[in-house]
Amino acid sequence: MSTPTATLPPKKVNRIGLDILPYKGGKTTLCAGCGHNAISERIIEAFFEMGVEPWRVSKFSGIGCSSKSPAYFLGQAHGFNGVHGRMPSVATGALLANRHIVGIGVSGDGDTASIGLGQFMHLLRRNLPFIYIIEDNGVYGLTKGQFSATADVGSKLKTGVVNDLPPFDCCALALRWGATFVARSFSGDKKQLSAILKAAIAHRGLAVIDVISPCVTFNDHEGSTKSYSFVKEHDEPLHEVDFIPSFQDISVEIDEGSVHEVAMHDGSRIRLRKLGRDYDPTDQHGAITALHEAGLRHELLTGILYVALEKPTLFDMLGMVEEPLATLPEARVRPPKEALDEIMEELR
Amino acid sequence: MPTVEVSPTESGAETGRRVVNDFSIQVATVNGSGSQTANTVLMRAIFQMGIPVSGKNMFPSNIAGLPTWFTIRASKDGYIGRKKEIDFLVAMNPETAREDVMQLESGAAVVYDEPLKLNALRSDLHFYPVPFDKLVAPVCPEARLRKLVRNMIYDGIVAYLLGIEMPEIRKALLKQFGARKAKAAELNWGAAQAGYDYAAQHLTKSDPYWVERMNATAGKIIIDGNAATALGCLFAGVTVVAWYPITPSSSLIEALTSYLKRYRTDKETGRTTFAVVQAEDELASIGMVLGAGWAGARSMTATSGPGISLMAEFSGLGYYAELPGVIVNVQRVGPSTGLPTRTMQGDLLSTAVLSHGDTRHPMLFPSSMQECFTMAIQAFDLAEFFQTPVFLMTDLDLGMNNWMSDPFPYPAEPIRRGKVLTAEDLARLGGFARYKDVDGDGVGYRTLPCTNHPAAAYFTRGSGHNEKAGYTEREDDYMNNMDRLAHKFESLRARVPAPVVDYRDGAEVGVICLGSSRYATEESRDQLRAEYNIHTSYLRLKAYPFSSEVNTFIQRHDRVYVIDQNRDAQTLALMRLEFPAEEIAKLRSVRYYGGLPIDARTITDEIVRQEGL
Repeated sequence: MSTPTATLPPKKVNRIGLDILPYKGGKTTLCAGCGHNAISERIIEAFFEMGVEPWRVSKFSGIGCSSKSPAYFLGQAHGFNGVHGRMPSVATGALLANRHIVGIGVSGDGDTASIGLGQFMHLLRRNLPFIYIIEDNGVYGLTKGQFSATADVGSKLKTGVVNDLPPFDCCALALRWGATFVARSFSGDKKQLSAILKAAIAHRGLAVIDVISPCVTFNDHEGSTKSYSFVKEHDEPLHEVDFIPSFQDISVEIDEGSVHEVAMHDGSRIRLRKLGRDYDPTDQHGAITALHEAGLRHELLTGILYVALEKPTLFDMLGMVEEPLATLPEARVRPPKEALDEIMEELR
Repeated sequence: MPTVEVSPTESGAETGRRVVNDFSIQVATVNGSGSQTANTVLMRAIFQMGIPVSGKNMFPSNIAGLPTWFTIRASKDGYIGRKKEIDFLVAMNPETAREDVMQLESGAAVVYDEPLKLNALRSDLHFYPVPFDKLVAPVCPEARLRKLVRNMIYDGIVAYLLGIEMPEIRKALLKQFGARKAKAAELNWGAAQAGYDYAAQHLTKSDPYWVERMNATAGKIIIDGNAATALGCLFAGVTVVAWYPITPSSSLIEALTSYLKRYRTDKETGRTTFAVVQAEDELASIGMVLGAGWAGARSMTATSGPGISLMAEFSGLGYYAELPGVIVNVQRVGPSTGLPTRTMQGDLLSTAVLSHGDTRHPMLFPSSMQECFTMAIQAFDLAEFFQTPVFLMTDLDLGMNNWMSDPFPYPAEPIRRGKVLTAEDLARLGGFARYKDVDGDGVGYRTLPCTNHPAAAYFTRGSGHNEKAGYTEREDDYMNNMDRLAHKFESLRARVPAPVVDYRDGAEVGVICLGSSRYATEESRDQLRAEYNIHTSYLRLKAYPFSSEVNTFIQRHDRVYVIDQNRDAQTLALMRLEFPAEEIAKLRSVRYYGGLPIDARTITDEIVRQEGL
């Protein structure tokens, strides 16, 4: 008899030699089947596959089901669960303190479009290099099922209440007011969401990703426009999104006419394979029009709606030094005695 | 033409009386008429003659058109608080001139625009009519500038009448305009001279007020509290500033930004070692401050009462999640359209407990320009050491008025960044528990984002966390954390600046004040002693939580008057929250809440009344 020698399959490691574990987080406390959990999975994958060191990342959120989720990914990254609707300001402050932070924020539709609309809009204007994910289910989960400001007109709550108010389209807002990477996806579309997240990580500027993420408990019924079945029926991908990171050397034969390629700052490439329509994600006006027209047809356009590579970021506009402000040595932040003497002399 | 109408009732008794370097001048003008320059020049000229001086601007919430009053007090004894009585009025505003004159005490002097015919109103004042329009036309050919230059004429008039040396007026004027505006300075100088010459030819001095050269201001500076606080922030090494404009704090950030650009921009690259962001509102500015503090920056904002209200939720998060940040509260009257340009110690109570739950915030109370500077630095040190928001409580009187001050001392201590663990520390320790009281002072160790160690990260959230920053809703975890936070606040009590105490032997009466009430309180003590033979001990609070010296002080006196510039005796109310009943029983309240800086006479009268004298 021979004893079989157990050989463990080699651990899958990423380009910096880490396995998936440091990219995982705590156990989720969200409902089973919640779209948010799928998004956390994609975030874990994206950071793992991109080979981002977890310690470089900081996670931010506001309040709500969505905002609990940063505890469920990247356990070796700092996290900050702020107050309702005000995550953008906290993230802005943190990134100003240390511009080397890879910042990712997770918000919800209530946290972004209702209580947080003001801060969201001003974040857009500043083009902070930051990934802003909206886990969008059109409903308040933690307070048990009230409409948010992204709920569609005519959408029905479980209780039978129908929404009469027009929704904010966060992608349309983002496009118009300054975000330089705007995408929409669906928590159930693994491949598309994963590619979009990786492209967002490579982007230098504000990336807004609105992910339709059905709430299985309060908004997954007949009459809801954010249910799994409704979204699957109305999902209209603009294109097939592929992301080729800078460290991956792939040469593929492509038919020039069928693919739109965007070369990112870090050498990576977004490859958008056409699906029936000719869509240029660098055309801001075209993107706004496409969103508007899709809305009239009750279609949910998904994919990378807009990318602008040359807009100045907040750091550029402020003209800050490259080093983190937070840890500059005293000699660089406290002017010498001569400076105080000079000022005092002027005041005499 | 009569050159002067003099008819003070006690003119006989007053003959030959000279009041030297001890009076107040009030200039009543229209907002936006350029009077600020003329007033500053007048104040500076007196200062340059070596006489202790203070200036208080009482202005409306308006860009142009509404009445404004500027009061200059000269005091050989060094009293720089507001003086209630006006001795010398310059009535330039037809809208208010009548009321301004009627409010004067008998024997005061009035310079006025001749057509207003103010001399008809009273017979017990010294009137000096001046035809300003006639005088301004020849010195200012350009008609559109006359409104501005006109005011400089009264500088010349007042200089003649009070004996202010004209070369000092010129020096002050040149300083005010700077080398780049030499032409404007000359134009204004012409106006001042025209005023002086007119007065010399047409006015006969009859009032008793005189300025005489002294040597009490040598080496001193003139600065406003917002600029002084800004300088403190600059030398504290602030790196992230987020703010939203609000009177009376805006000029603090504007001064700070200008100093930062000058001293914290790399000359070669043009890059800055700071970030200043004008946020969309105060919720965002405090959010940015706390986010930056969390990530390791020395961060600050400046605001006033209405902004403080908006910062309530985040301030509570700052307390529970233990985030450093400095919030300068330049207090004023409010809310909404509620006297935003008047001063008040209005937010003592609300700031101490700002937010929901059991929240307590440390507050520092600067009383002078030097303290605005030094306490701004202390605020950053305390915020980082204790990992909590620290509120620097100035007010409009300190912040926006010009004050005489000794020059500021360069910080003697190096910048200390508090309990921050680096990757090397973690390699040595193996890990850390964010909210564990390792040193017994209630303050845990923290790590900053981007610390390259697998054990560096932790998750920051409100009150629902255990020692290791893990999420919890357990009763014992919550209570343990709350008890540690209470203990941390007790540690702070021992570390905040201690009060200034002046005990008088045998004094039954003690007086407690804070911030800008200092000057009126100190002057009132002299009045009480000189006029009523009441000897008082004195305690000036520099911080909340109150140091144990405050309890000792109360215990040692029979009656303790607590001075407040608010209606509801907020300083006293804070004491009531925590002091034992026998101490509270000794406390009495003196309050002023009219929107002007408190004055000595108001305090004296109220103490005398309560003393039953």
